[in-house]
Amino acid sequence: MSDSGYAKDVIVIGGGPAGYAAAIYAVRAGRSTLLIEGLQPGGQLTTTTEVENYPGFANPITGPELMTAMKEQALRVGTEFVNDVVESVDLSKRPFKVRVGKGEIEAKTLIIATGAEAKYLGLESEQTFRGRGVSACATCDGFFYRDLKVAVIGGGDTAAEEAIYLTNHASEVFLVHRRDELRASKIMSRRVADHPKITMKWNRVLDEVVGNDSGVTGVRLKDPRTDEIEELATDGVFIAIGHQPNTNFLDGQLKTDDAGYLITAPDSTQTSVEGVFASGDVQDSVYRQAVTAAGTGAMAGIEASRFLEEQG
Amino acid sequence: MSELIETGTDANFDEIVRGSDVPVLVDFWAPWCGPCRMVGPVLEEVAAEYAGKAKVVKVNVDENTVVAGSMGIRSIPTVALFHNGKLTDTLVGARPKQDFTAALDETLAGILPN
Ligand SMILES: Cc1cc2nc3c(=O)[nH]c(=O)nc-3n(C[C@H](O)[C@H](O)[C@H](O)COP(=O)(O)OP(=O)(O)OC[C@H]3O[C@@H](n4cnc5c(N)ncnc54)[C@H](O)[C@@H]3O)c2cc1C
Repeated sequence: MSDSGYAKDVIVIGGGPAGYAAAIYAVRAGRSTLLIEGLQPGGQLTTTTEVENYPGFANPITGPELMTAMKEQALRVGTEFVNDVVESVDLSKRPFKVRVGKGEIEAKTLIIATGAEAKYLGLESEQTFRGRGVSACATCDGFFYRDLKVAVIGGGDTAAEEAIYLTNHASEVFLVHRRDELRASKIMSRRVADHPKITMKWNRVLDEVVGNDSGVTGVRLKDPRTDEIEELATDGVFIAIGHQPNTNFLDGQLKTDDAGYLITAPDSTQTSVEGVFASGDVQDSVYRQAVTAAGTGAMAGIEASRFLEEQG
Repeated sequence: MSELIETGTDANFDEIVRGSDVPVLVDFWAPWCGPCRMVGPVLEEVAAEYAGKAKVVKVNVDENTVVAGSMGIRSIPTVALFHNGKLTDTLVGARPKQDFTAALDETLAGILPN
């Protein structure tokens, strides 16, 4: 990578549906476009199995397949790819500076499409046993729990999906939720309730992960109403309490809401800094779908291109 | 896969990993694991840069359940660092290259001076 001071028209940060769509639109508008993919090329969908709601596929396509196809499309139209992680950016003046492991690159416009990643509860025991029984990805790690018992923490669609997926491997799945009703959709809640391998643990929160040198041996649950403690013997714990936007590398240079999502202007992907656009899960706390991420990605590609036109 | 990377199995693990003269980074992966696909190319670069000083072995956990089981692997990607037959470090999840090289450098710093 050169430090020659030659600035790209557009740098897209993030290789999920939002980033790929942004790049496709920017390149096709004639802009030199570089996309930095980070640690998860293809984004969150690479961690799931079948995607049944992305339009265009009459037969369900798998997440990894869909993302490979999107990336190939971005490559074919002429996006330049960099396999690296953005460590920091300098948005104080244009061209913007983007620091990656291998050096520094400059850009006339930036599109932030760094998505979101699974949240953890923040317990010390959770950290201690990460990778040794604590996981946030059932499709990645479910395989290791064949005929074993696992707990899933959470009450939304993700938690319900993870619990159902885990029944393919585990002998018994406990779904631990702090309330007495799931937030998940009706269909998912019904599937969970009817599943013979899933046992609901209502009104319980994860108090501590229990384990020894060889990994997790159980979970300590607490009833938030009475503080009563219950221990369950499990071999694994899957944390499914939601996602948080990836904005650390921005170091507060762009405005966010209280939950950390980037704020964009109404009907636009424009962030609080002129020439910097944001799309996908990093700025969307509401829809969080691949197709909406691709949609706002396309908007960002078009807006970045128009911005360059106006700036001359 | 690059020629620099060896394939570890239940059968050869003791020989090529525990019996290695140089530190070994062992990449536990599976074809169905999305995040694992990031680690592969990174470790190829590491293998090239550390050729002769350290090596990289990939173990498909789908096909080699004995090794993965005995190591207590419960999440992939997991990269384990072995030196002199012993496990010296474990790195769970997709990570930047510096994490792997830092772990190797630390181990190498401990053995190279003499
Ligand atoms: C298990 C699971 C199942 C799902 N199933 C569906 C489904 O069936 N249908 C659906 O529509 N949606 C589904 N979703 C949601 C969907 O995956 C997301 O809405 C979508 O991926 C968001 O796209 P994105 O491009 O905004 O971000 P992401 O897909 O999160 O991609 C973010 C990208 O940014 C990169 N990045 C992050 N930080 C940096 C950095 N510092 N430097 C460089 N790059 C960085 C990452 O490497 C990644 O490439 C699912 C999500 C999960 C977790």
